[in-house]
Amino acid sequence: MNCELSATALHGYFDGELDAVRAAEFESHMQACAQCQASLNTLKSLRDGLQKSDLYQGASARLRTRIAEELGSENRAAAPRWKWFLVPAFSLAVLLIAIWVAVTTQHRAYSARLHAELIDAHVRSLQPGHLTDVQSTDQHTVKPWFDGKLDFIPPVGDFSPQGFPLLGGRLDVIEGRDVAALVYGRRKHLINLFVWPATREPAVAGEDSQHGYNWLSWRTGDMQFCLVSDVSSADLKELKDLIRP
Amino acid sequence: MLPAQDKTRFEQLVLPHVDAAVNLARWLLRNPHDAEDVAQEAVLRAYRFFSGFRGGDARAWLLQIVRNTCYTWLEKRAPAELVTEFNEELHQVPLPNPETIAVQASDRAKLKAALESLPVRAREVIVLRELEGCSYKKISEVTGIPMGTVMSTLSRAREKLAQILGGNAAKEASNEL
Repeated sequence: MNCELSATALHGYFDGELDAVRAAEFESHMQACAQCQASLNTLKSLRDGLQKSDLYQGASARLRTRIAEELGSENRAAAPRWKWFLVPAFSLAVLLIAIWVAVTTQHRAYSARLHAELIDAHVRSLQPGHLTDVQSTDQHTVKPWFDGKLDFIPPVGDFSPQGFPLLGGRLDVIEGRDVAALVYGRRKHLINLFVWPATREPAVAGEDSQHGYNWLSWRTGDMQFCLVSDVSSADLKELKDLIRP
Repeated sequence: MLPAQDKTRFEQLVLPHVDAAVNLARWLLRNPHDAEDVAQEAVLRAYRFFSGFRGGDARAWLLQIVRNTCYTWLEKRAPAELVTEFNEELHQVPLPNPETIAVQASDRAKLKAALESLPVRAREVIVLRELEGCSYKKISEVTGIPMGTVMSTLSRAREKLAQILGGNAAKEASNEL
């Protein structure tokens, strides 16, 4: 870690928001770096100043009374007088909202089910002997291996120089269909990249975590991608940017 | 209109955070008087939307509404505030030294002026982090800044604030000569 890289990490460290690995990295950098030590003290001075200068403005007693009164009158307010011409418009709005809710709920349920299955597949792959069917750090070995096994060709790249070495690939089954799984390393952790052509299913995009595993999904063209790992979501984003520059 | 038990729930969950609401509004609007009006409006809005509150952190939920109300207010009365860009890369410049900042930051008037001179999007993350003690996750909930970007936004905001204070110190030194 050099100073330029740690300029932002300094703030995460100061705020106690780095994960254990990055915090340890930053600490070992800081031991040898007088500039970062001084910067950390500057942040402390700044925080002390902000917190001790009585800059916080709370609510006045008058405002509290006003709010209490408003809440009281809000509750006493008479039921709204119906304007009958609003009824059809209102019904239409309700219908549209219901459709929208149904569609998004369905999509959300699909995304939750899919990612639960992807995380299961990731966990399964960590068991001895399950990680890779073709074990190679050479993209020109891994890519042809998929040939004939799948009805599509997944993009295969090796990102060793950027700290994400390609370890191999295997076939996996998600939602009853064959998908390509590429395995990358990140320090001592493993990342599974699942790829499949998604022409019928809705696109799934976003990130979240479940049971301590982070996932990050996106769609490029008609290919669906999903990264699953126990590394930080920042690491997953970095890998995503390498896969899809 | 909410059923009586919801009103009690609102009073227990949300009203304790009225201080936080006023404080955020005060720094977003840079005006103590407007802050109370806007905070009041936001609390009433929260009350009307309360049935949509799905549990979780009531403070972050209320502050999100306060922030939206403030931004609407700024759009109407001070739109220039919102177009100020805040994305300069400041990492090349080292932070001023701790002693300089300690001296400058102990002067309330100077610190207040420096904080108020920041662009609103820098100001809000500093207020949420340093005055309100929000975690990055809460800051992301309140402001809508993606979780992965909170740290860099906050770092740029702090660097900018430190540099304004450092600049003050340099000016004072040259006046004394």
